[in-house]
Amino acid sequence: MVDLNKAQEIVDHYSQVEGGLLECLHGLQQAFGYVPKETIDIMADGFNISRAEVHGVISYYHDFRLKPYGRTVVRICQAEACQAMGSRALSAHVAKKMGIDVGKSNEEYTLEAVYCFGNCALSPNLEINGKLHARVDQDNFDELIKKEGAV
Amino acid sequence: MIKVYIPRDTAAISMGADDVAKAIASLPEDIHVIRNGTWGMTYLEPLVEVETQKGRIAYGPVQVSDIPSLYKAGFLDGADHELCQGPTAEIDYLKNQERLTFARCGLVDPLSIDDYIKNGGFQGLKRALKLSEKNIIDDVMTSGLRGRGGAAFPTGIKWNTVLETEADQKYICCNADEGDSGTFSDRILMESDPFCLIEGMIIAGLAVKATKGYIYLRSEYPLCKVVLNDAIRTAKAQNYLGSSICDSDKEFDIEVRIGAGSYVCGEETAMLESLEGKRGMVRAKPPLPAHVGLFGKPTVINNVLSLASIPIILAKGGEYYKDFGIGRSRGTIAFQLAGNVKRGGLVEKAFGITLGDMIDRYGGGTYSGKNIKAVQVGGPLGAYIPPENFDLPLDYEAFSEAGAVLGHGGIVIFDETADMKEQAKFAFDFCAIESCGKCTPCRIGSTRGSEQIEKGNLELTEELCDLMDTSSLCAMGGMTPIPVKSAMKHWPKDFEN
Ligand SMILES: Cc1cc2nc3c(=O)[nH]c(=O)nc-3n(C[C@H](O)[C@H](O)[C@H](O)COP(=O)(O)O)c2cc1C
Ligand code: SF4
Repeated sequence: MVDLNKAQEIVDHYSQVEGGLLECLHGLQQAFGYVPKETIDIMADGFNISRAEVHGVISYYHDFRLKPYGRTVVRICQAEACQAMGSRALSAHVAKKMGIDVGKSNEEYTLEAVYCFGNCALSPNLEINGKLHARVDQDNFDELIKKEGAV
Repeated sequence: MIKVYIPRDTAAISMGADDVAKAIASLPEDIHVIRNGTWGMTYLEPLVEVETQKGRIAYGPVQVSDIPSLYKAGFLDGADHELCQGPTAEIDYLKNQERLTFARCGLVDPLSIDDYIKNGGFQGLKRALKLSEKNIIDDVMTSGLRGRGGAAFPTGIKWNTVLETEADQKYICCNADEGDSGTFSDRILMESDPFCLIEGMIIAGLAVKATKGYIYLRSEYPLCKVVLNDAIRTAKAQNYLGSSICDSDKEFDIEVRIGAGSYVCGEETAMLESLEGKRGMVRAKPPLPAHVGLFGKPTVINNVLSLASIPIILAKGGEYYKDFGIGRSRGTIAFQLAGNVKRGGLVEKAFGITLGDMIDRYGGGTYSGKNIKAVQVGGPLGAYIPPENFDLPLDYEAFSEAGAVLGHGGIVIFDETADMKEQAKFAFDFCAIESCGKCTPCRIGSTRGSEQIEKGNLELTEELCDLMDTSSLCAMGGMTPIPVKSAMKHWPKDFEN
């Protein structure tokens, strides 16, 4: 169950902030791990905009999700500096190892594409549960996911 | 007590700097670990420095497993070791740079306002507080500073427009979205010398009579958020921000706002929409943000490094800054060596060094040891440049004459295994993913372009490129043809099916 009182508190806070909808969404996502659908009405009320507008903002940005993440979240860079160091092959390996495609999610795993962590002198980069790892190759990924993954 | 410096920098941490710091702190000696910023020699991270009578001695890249042998060799006295790089200041990579904007990065504890002040910090602000708005802007005009975010528009002219626009409220928006792959100089500046950005923003506020600043920071930079907010708190507590800056009658405040993973929100009007809590749709210009910007008010939008170059310009005068560089590209720019490169990192140099010199002298060739095939300069919307053209000087005009883009100074190196058809297709794919969707050439054209490349229909691709170039609303659609066309022009073999 989503704690709607908590959601209300977050919305009350950020609706007082000028242009605060993105901050609010980040706040909700931090509290719940995702943006629960039940909070859309609360936001529409709090910010005095339509539900469609709230939805429009959520769907526009890659960062916001309406569904919970898997227990282990891997975010892998797909941009040029990582491509130059073999991120295409690495991504394929990671997808195979985790058993899902980039951009997909299940209860256990979420595998997301990111376009640049700003660590381009040490590519390829990926993040496991919020921690950034540089110079990742197929072998050390297998080690990392064992060590840092939630399972 | 022995002082040991270990960077608190995203790159260093991604290579294990936190564990190294813990391990060194637990050695049985009287050690004071300082988490400094990075010098930008990323290939040596984690770079550990020990303060000795001979100055700071550098060791890198250090892993936890190296610490026993370093300790045994006597690194705490600055002794030799296979990882020893000698005195930090003497390392070629660093010694031959012209560090103006990044002068303090690596040297200081980023969160120590005393360190900042001891090393020239707030000199520019002190001077600006004594000048009229017009005189501050004159200095910025004299410096020749052009926006470091990509478009290279003269900063002084932009500021002047905002100054001359009457309004009850004006804003300074710092563009810290740094979306280009191959760039990390904004990140380094914010993590390693946050007070420098804060000082630059305050001065911008004084110059145009704005009292509120926002930093639009990409969500992929969580450490920057922590560091900036910490620095802002300190600056407030010490009266550099707030309602009476340095006991004057001037006020200025800064708030950090976090983006949400959209590349096009680095485009300045999309950024404004996003700051207002909306979808990041590009606005048509005019009106210019300098007239009608954030929340409808006159707004200065500048890149992190444009703003971080202001303190030294005000401290030393516009002429000092202008003396660096060539032609109409004045001062210094932070180049970032990235991708398949042996010595990746940040190199601040005066404009004018050639691309080849940058890659050979600093980068040292590829990481893989194979030959270089292509270099993409200026981010995902920049041209792919073949080795035949490496004599190109790194200068805005020279690059645009060659159909290339200097942009935010990112240099991504690819070795001979790169498939340029794949890279061209990716340029379209990236545009399709990141397009804000406001105009058709970009929204639809990017997807069609990707398909045509896949099919090997080069003539149609060319036509589509011309269309996107001439009829897109912003540079996202308008410049996507640059990497595509450069790849087709220089590596036609890669496109034969
Ligand atoms: C698609 C796109 C993305 C951009 N991304 C950034 C960015 O991440 N950071 C930045 O400073 N400028 C970016 N720009 C340039 C900005 O629109 C704007 O020119 C700049 O922030 C102005 O600041 P400056 O004059 O100090 O460079 C981008 C432009 C486009 C078209
Ligand atoms: S060119 Fe693309 S990103 Fe720019 S306004 Fe048009 S659709 Fe939006």
